[in-house]
Amino acid sequence: MIARGTMHRGSALWIAAMVHRLSGLALAIFLPLHFLALGLAIDGEAKLENFLRWTDQPLVKFAESGLVFLLTVHLLGGLRVLVIENLDWRDGQKQLATIAAAISAIVAFFFLARVF
Amino acid sequence: MSMRLYLWQRATAALMVPLVLVHIAVIFYATRQGMTAADILSRTHNSIVWASYYGLFIAAASIHAAIGVRNVLTEWSHVGDRRAGQFAIAFGSLLAALGARAVFAVVLS
Repeated sequence: MIARGTMHRGSALWIAAMVHRLSGLALAIFLPLHFLALGLAIDGEAKLENFLRWTDQPLVKFAESGLVFLLTVHLLGGLRVLVIENLDWRDGQKQLATIAAAISAIVAFFFLARVF
Repeated sequence: MSMRLYLWQRATAALMVPLVLVHIAVIFYATRQGMTAADILSRTHNSIVWASYYGLFIAAASIHAAIGVRNVLTEWSHVGDRRAGQFAIAFGSLLAALGARAVFAVVLS
């Protein structure tokens, strides 16, 4: 039996809100590492080059495609929030959230195909 | 979340929509098998356009992420409002400092 207060959990829009929050959190954790990696160029091109060669590993490329997915899904989820808050309500929010997830997966897949 | 933080959160989100779209386009354009540091630095070195673009992006992302982390802390943990605010300021400052260092590294150094 599902408690009344948690029945909304599992609905498409609750999942969309959760994906938006978790993707934002993951990106916030990733950002300092991203900046540190780019900052390697301060010590010369060779250090950045060594790091980039490390990223040639298949596992790293998969992780990067995951980050592309997170960035795209957070962008589209945020756009949905901005539209809901600033424009007239439109039906089909669940479909829009699903389309956003699908577009993000496609973008991440194309990224993966490009780097392999 | 206070109205002031809410407005900052949404304003930086709106500002970042075109910035993220360009960033994703750059990721696709620049990323290919065997991308080298020389490839990247030859495009970014001494470029006032890239310095301005990523400088603005980093400022907006630092504010946006700090407020987001603050919201998560206050809603999902037992950390009080004041502590969450202090952590958010520290985190946002760290992001801004590391981001500025990264821009300096690829554009000016």
